[in-house]
Amino acid sequence: MASLKELKGRINSVKSTQKITKAKQMVAAAKLRKAQAAAEAARPYAQRLAEVMGSLSSKITVSENSPKLLAGTGSDQVHLLVVANSDKGLCGAFNSNIVRAARAKAIELEAAGKTVLFYLIGRKGRAVIRREYPKQIAHMFDTTDVREPGFNEAERVADELVAMYEAGKFDVAHLFYSKFRSALVQEPTSQQIIPVPAPKAAAVQADAVTEYEPDEEEILAALLPRYLKTQLFGALLENAASEQGASMTAMDNATRNAGDLIKKLTIVYNRTRQAAITTELVEIIAGAEAL
Amino acid sequence: MPLHFELVTPAKLVRSEDVHMVVVPGTEGEFGVLEGHAPFMSTIADGALKVYRTENGAPEEIRITGGFAEVGDAGLTVLAEHVSE
Repeated sequence: MASLKELKGRINSVKSTQKITKAKQMVAAAKLRKAQAAAEAARPYAQRLAEVMGSLSSKITVSENSPKLLAGTGSDQVHLLVVANSDKGLCGAFNSNIVRAARAKAIELEAAGKTVLFYLIGRKGRAVIRREYPKQIAHMFDTTDVREPGFNEAERVADELVAMYEAGKFDVAHLFYSKFRSALVQEPTSQQIIPVPAPKAAAVQADAVTEYEPDEEEILAALLPRYLKTQLFGALLENAASEQGASMTAMDNATRNAGDLIKKLTIVYNRTRQAAITTELVEIIAGAEAL
Repeated sequence: MPLHFELVTPAKLVRSEDVHMVVVPGTEGEFGVLEGHAPFMSTIADGALKVYRTENGAPEEIRITGGFAEVGDAGLTVLAEHVSE
């Protein structure tokens, strides 16, 4: 049995761990509200753009002359997996869930004889993928110097992706991130982003003849990179909200576990203390009787 | 009749209000949008939107980059990547 001093030390160390997890939980709760508001605010733009893209793509037919971002390169040999992670830990299985989804996809693609490359956003998840696929990391996008990934980051990522795509470095890109369902549920999601999957066309009004300036195809070509940016931005926002949600849940669990542990240790401590007192008393009584 | 004008960026809905007219710097030339404009879509050159709240008032300028304009039954919607007022 551990000595009283040791037990006291352990109780104190668990208590200070609990303080940290509790603080992180409250921080995550506050940040979650902010992240949700940001995701909410981004919705009108994404929605409108998707509507416009839908009505445009319903008007033109995809041919070889269509922009490459829409029509594809004509092959699907090289797949790029864009994996969006967070920069900070303390959020439970959030990052490993995303990485696991990406790895499952990579294994599936490699089994089909395709080449797989990785594009990593965020610091977490690098280590795992670097260990598994050391030579297949195309780029690691650093977000450690910004507090919240915003539209500027999405824009930079999209620009780099388009440049790589146009240089013929890959044929298909998939995006991996975590969709925010609720503070308790985050869903690792994969989504094809290049070639751009045409959004479902909204119901076309037959009587309204819309004029285009310049023509439909040029507008579509101009909008495709923007649509990509919006999708990436949406994914980053969902990821941010998911991270805080996961962090909140994980830290709540940790705080509760620490509480249970403290209770158990306190009981052991008290028992040990009583046992020590009893032993002392027995010794004194035995001594007195011997006289 | 006023024109319903919306300016949206990826981060938020910047404007949603009723105005008299908006002059938009389209890639193929400036165009003004009044109420009842025919359905129309255009890309926008980087430049300033001129928002006329009243018929004779001075316009308010909003600089945008990476823009796209859509005129429909609901009015004018401008999607812009960056906005500086």
